[in-house]
Amino acid sequence: MSLIVEGLTIDHGAIRAINNVSFKVAQGQLAAIIGANGAGKTTLLRTLSGLKDATSGNASWNGASILGKRAEDLARSGIMHVSDGKSVIAELSVKDNLALTGLWRKDKKDVVAATNEVIELFPILGQRMSQSAGSLSGGERQMLAIGRALIARPKLLLLDEPSLGLAPLIVEQIFQTIKSLVKKMDLTVVLVEQNAMGALKIADQGIVLNLGSVVLVDSADKLLNDPAVRSAYLGF
Amino acid sequence: MTQFITAVLTSLSSGAIYALMAIAIVLVWRSTRVINFAQAGQAVLTTYIGYTVIQRTGSFWIALVVAVVSGAVIGAVIDRFFMRPIFKRVKSGPIVMIAPVVATLGLLGIIQAVIGFVWGITNQSIEAPVSTGGYKVMGTVIAFSNYNLLVLVFVAIAMLLLTLLFQKTNIGLALRASAYSPEIAKLSGIKVDSVRTLGWAIAGASGGLAGMLYIPGYFLYPNAMDLLLVLGFIAAVIGGLESLFGAVAGAMILGFAIIFSTTYISPKLFFPTAFIVLILVLLVKPAGLFAPKKSRGA
Repeated sequence: MSLIVEGLTIDHGAIRAINNVSFKVAQGQLAAIIGANGAGKTTLLRTLSGLKDATSGNASWNGASILGKRAEDLARSGIMHVSDGKSVIAELSVKDNLALTGLWRKDKKDVVAATNEVIELFPILGQRMSQSAGSLSGGERQMLAIGRALIARPKLLLLDEPSLGLAPLIVEQIFQTIKSLVKKMDLTVVLVEQNAMGALKIADQGIVLNLGSVVLVDSADKLLNDPAVRSAYLGF
Repeated sequence: MTQFITAVLTSLSSGAIYALMAIAIVLVWRSTRVINFAQAGQAVLTTYIGYTVIQRTGSFWIALVVAVVSGAVIGAVIDRFFMRPIFKRVKSGPIVMIAPVVATLGLLGIIQAVIGFVWGITNQSIEAPVSTGGYKVMGTVIAFSNYNLLVLVFVAIAMLLLTLLFQKTNIGLALRASAYSPEIAKLSGIKVDSVRTLGWAIAGASGGLAGMLYIPGYFLYPNAMDLLLVLGFIAAVIGGLESLFGAVAGAMILGFAIIFSTTYISPKLFFPTAFIVLILVLLVKPAGLFAPKKSRGA
């Protein structure tokens, strides 16, 4: 199983947000897509999860094209997207937020098991089950959003800026959790981040986007340790 | 004292009818962010269907069931074949907010014209299934009858069923999630379009029930629900447009305000009272009296 993106182009009206982007992420790998604000990272992820239409190009998961499919169908097929802004439904309780990805699953026993695993992974959620998601802190909301995705037993996890607006300690905790999930669940993860250093530290592969185009694809280690690349594209 | 008891009971009965229309408006607003002005047309159409069933069978109860079911079907059809295509085609700019609302206004006109064409524009009437004669309190007949009590019971049952549906079932959770955040619901694997259609169906059923309970005592004609739509809309805004409880509470506040002002001050105050209450609420709490609390900043 792998995610293959070939010559993907996405327009926002007259503006070209993503231009002829190609990359591949193998199963069980964590790819970090990094780049400055406006590089097209979020647009790319929204297209891969079915929220936005592509203008041209291809994207496939496990050999099957994923472009043009509905977000809910992709979610049910194991592609879960945790969008930016700590995507929880503030008006619903933590319990109800977690229940959303189990509503359509037929194996209800496994839904219960997956929910227990998520609570084990993020114990704070277990203590907040009856609270509204809107009352959670930023870090807790991020845990809830990731936990909700995990209950669907995803194969491909698309994470958009999970560190956005969080304290450094919480960011570190979230990143380490993501890294551990890749190994534990044999997950393939595409992590979109502005926090390039943090993302590359846990990633296998780094993809650098600049103004909608891929300017570098390499192993995360190499990108992190190349001073020229760091100063030119990563800003540290 | 008798006048006071009558006013309280009549307020409850009137508020209950407004509540059904307010619930229908809130259900569509929550699921699609559209104020469905066509709800008046949908409700009057289902009431005409009920009227036809009564003509054929002589049974109000069969007609009530048929009206509620046909209300659900009409609501679902409107969403699937009318609103959903509009939402798909209108994606950005101010027209996103305007087009669906204007579309519901147009639909209201179309439905009322079709009703006039099929059933005519002369007044029809539906006989109440139980006595409309007022109860006797301390030797005086008050303006509250078995039928008013029946309306209250029906609204209470409808509220109970809707609350159970929304709070205790998976379908209810899907409805709430799709209403609050369609994008997160989709990303969670919920078929939001289908869920929205279900929301329209439930709203249509609620409107159908409102129509059948409202018309006995009034006349049935193509514009018969226009007033109820206005009052239901005001009640929904007072309640905050987001919650079923708010819709019912807003309707009761409106019912009490109208009945008490028209009973104790002047019958001419019916409309002014409704709009004064609305404006006061908008000035004091623009989001409505029972709007959900804002979430904590991240």
